[in-house]
Amino acid sequence: MIALSDFLLLSAALFCIGLYMVVAKRNAIQILIGIELMLNAAILNLVAFGKYDKVNNGGQVFALFAIVLAAAVTAVALAIILNVYRQFKTIDPSKINNLGD
Amino acid sequence: MMLVKVMFYVLAAIALGSALYVAASKNLVRSVFMFFVTLFALAGLYVLALADFVAITQIVIYVGGILVLILFAFMLSGRETLDAIQKQKGKFISLSKLPAVLLAALFFVVMFITLRQVRVDELDWVRTAVADGNVIKPDTILIENIGVNLMTLYLLPFEAISILLMFALIGAAHLSRKEPQA
Repeated sequence: MIALSDFLLLSAALFCIGLYMVVAKRNAIQILIGIELMLNAAILNLVAFGKYDKVNNGGQVFALFAIVLAAAVTAVALAIILNVYRQFKTIDPSKINNLGD
Repeated sequence: MMLVKVMFYVLAAIALGSALYVAASKNLVRSVFMFFVTLFALAGLYVLALADFVAITQIVIYVGGILVLILFAFMLSGRETLDAIQKQKGKFISLSKLPAVLLAALFFVVMFITLRQVRVDELDWVRTAVADGNVIKPDTILIENIGVNLMTLYLLPFEAISILLMFALIGAAHLSRKEPQA
């Protein structure tokens, strides 16, 4: 079988790519994609460890919960991005500098 | 046994390569479509980790739901969004991106070293699980067990997450509605 450390290494690499996207990108949608990548790396870890829990299925069940939470997060974040775009006519986070109007 | 390893490395290469393309591409549409590929490769990896149900959920929710949502969002947010991306200059590693690349690389190094030191395959609880036969085998049918566990052991988180999902969707619908002309 595939060793656990292979999964963890792959997941670490994906997480770092997501981290790079979150820090470097100047577009809110790309930052959101970076966050999704990091979440997916975490889910991969949960699933890989879930192989050693046949009775309670802790890893797999919490991977399911994490996927559902990611869906909720994305829906809210995209609604916020659309609102911000309507207000500022840009979605570059570094150009958005006031909360109220 | 060998085939599984080969498939793992192929899928891992696809996932990493497409994720790198997503990070490096300056064309937002292209990077979103490459993100599809990453998510599909990850679903394949979940199958290799013997979690079929999670893989199906990944395809249904992530590929079917979240990505379509992202596509909608930038189609709705107008052409200026796409133009702003094209205007960014510099390559993958330019001076302005250097801190981000450094941060990600150093983070990876830290995680790599930690992984080497922990030696995950010889953890105590993993060993106990292997000794007790508490390991999922390729021919184990798990879906029934997951369903029973969701309705008994994990009932409280299940209900909590359903209520949270409803809140989030109502909130998203409320946030993104058109303002009445005042």
